Amino acid sequence: MKEQVAVPPAEFRSYYGRQILKTPAWNWMIAAYLFLGGLSAGSAMLGAGADLTGRPTLRKVSRVGALVSILGSLYFLVADLGRPERFHHMLRVAKPSSPMSMGTWILSAYGPGAGLAGVAELMPNRLRRNWIGRLVWWLARPAGLWAAATAPGVASYTAVLLSHTAVPAWHEAHPYLPFVFTGSAAASGGGLGMMLVPVGEAGPARRMAVAGAALEVAASRAMEPRLGLVAEAYTTGRAHRLRQWSEVLTVGGAVGTVVGGRRRAVLVASGLALLAGSALQRFGVFEAGVASTQNPKYVVVPQRERLTAESAANR
Amino acid sequence: MSGNSFYGPLADPAGDAGYDERHPPRVGFFTDTSVCIGCKACEVACKEWNEVPDDGFDLLGMSFDNTGELGANSWRHVAFVEQPGGRSGVGEDLKAPVDLGMPELKQAVADVVGERPDFRWLMSSDVCKHCTHAGCLDVCPTGALFRTEFSTVVVQQDICNGCGYCVSACPYGVIERREGDGRAWKCTMCYDRLHDGLEPACAKACPTDSIQFGPLDELRERAALRVEQLHERGVTEARLYGHDPNDGVGGDGAFFLLLDEPEVYGLPPDPVVPTRDAGAMWRYAGLAASALVGIAVSAFVGRR
Repeated sequence: MKEQVAVPPAEFRSYYGRQILKTPAWNWMIAAYLFLGGLSAGSAMLGAGADLTGRPTLRKVSRVGALVSILGSLYFLVADLGRPERFHHMLRVAKPSSPMSMGTWILSAYGPGAGLAGVAELMPNRLRRNWIGRLVWWLARPAGLWAAATAPGVASYTAVLLSHTAVPAWHEAHPYLPFVFTGSAAASGGGLGMMLVPVGEAGPARRMAVAGAALEVAASRAMEPRLGLVAEAYTTGRAHRLRQWSEVLTVGGAVGTVVGGRRRAVLVASGLALLAGSALQRFGVFEAGVASTQNPKYVVVPQRERLTAESAANR
Repeated sequence: MSGNSFYGPLADPAGDAGYDERHPPRVGFFTDTSVCIGCKACEVACKEWNEVPDDGFDLLGMSFDNTGELGANSWRHVAFVEQPGGRSGVGEDLKAPVDLGMPELKQAVADVVGERPDFRWLMSSDVCKHCTHAGCLDVCPTGALFRTEFSTVVVQQDICNGCGYCVSACPYGVIERREGDGRAWKCTMCYDRLHDGLEPACAKACPTDSIQFGPLDELRERAALRVEQLHERGVTEARLYGHDPNDGVGGDGAFFLLLDEPEVYGLPPDPVVPTRDAGAMWRYAGLAASALVGIAVSAFVGRR
């Protein structure tokens, strides 16, 4: 894939071409966390809707999906720490200036709800008959609704988490990333649901998946031309390839969902495509941020332009 | 907390962080690179005093700089820039070397070493900026990073869990997670020495007083005077970096006198604390969350 060079390479000065910012300390696990957190949030909302509208299979699949994916995402979050055994130090403070602290509390609110609703679905019949089982079953609905109420926070705060950094590709994208991420969450949650439930119950999952995919692709498309030089971090290299595949899979999955109608095989394939597209989106955005720290041009050129514009305005 | 807790000029960061009025005045570094001789005594003194581990012997091929950058194991970093002639900015004319007030090069020495080279050397000892609005401190989710009574920014190593958020939040690329240790490390401005009324090790070791330590107000006055002096002597390229409380980080606790653009020394020309846009970010996130609610609700409404 050759890039068309639209503008001449920007002239800038640097210290031996070395990067100014540090490469993020995070690895692929954070991208995986972003994906699984979104998937869990999308599923929890779908599960609550299914519960309220009497779609038991969709409810079950979505609640279990929300539980499994939030457990996976928590594993990645803790494993990526430099000192995983100190993960609970996050609970020492509640700090509005730190999106990670806010995220910790959002997840702390969301986790038990999603967990209880998921556990209720997984309880063996034997356990359901005693008083604990009955209590859990009775609590499953409020727990699921609570999870659904906090899920939009889980799906959207991760965009602030990335943007609230000095990483050019993440910071400059702050008006768009939340929409990319919530769209991606809906697409993946819907995708999972429609893959695993009978066609008759898949309607809401399909509608959610298509609307989410549309939001994700639209926000992602709107973002690129509006980022100036930093857009190059998204439109070149590994980030570009990941996001291109993401778009192909997401659009393909959405089209399959719409035209596939009630054919089960098509819905399964489309659901898989949406899940993969959502995952690749997160990995692509993550990689774009990493790339933007590794070339000093993303720091020097926009900042220099800003200073030049300011001094021109003051003259 | 005040109106400018997250962004903008802030007279007293320690007071804003909750220390009562008996806290000491804000201290800082003024690094006057025009008298830096590149001896790296600051790097050595810092490593010795703070027991910062060795990070390997690496020849980088960048003049005399084999440290490369600030990081978990380098809390002072001396940059060496070699430039042709007296050239400073791009396109400027060659200028004769100017007297910077350093001990003079005797004619006899000039006879021995021959002609003055058509060359100039920029040397600068970089350090954590101890920002008025510190990105690292703002985002730290454990409270490990804190504002000291001296208005400096320090990591509590018994609290840090190595989440790595500070690494990405620093607009200068200073703080870093230490390999094999997992926690984030950076300059503490020798917090332990400050408690005993001592100046930080790097400033103590600096043989030319390129690194000056003291109350920030005094340093800012001294720096303004120094720039004026240099301009009078014809060093028109002398400029301060990080001194302005109206800049993107509310001014640095460690600021510099540079002889060229900041990016030439590996410094960002116009750094901004990410927290400046926190409000906007959460508003966009709120809108996106609402959109998600809309999508989910409309998926169920109406149809079976």
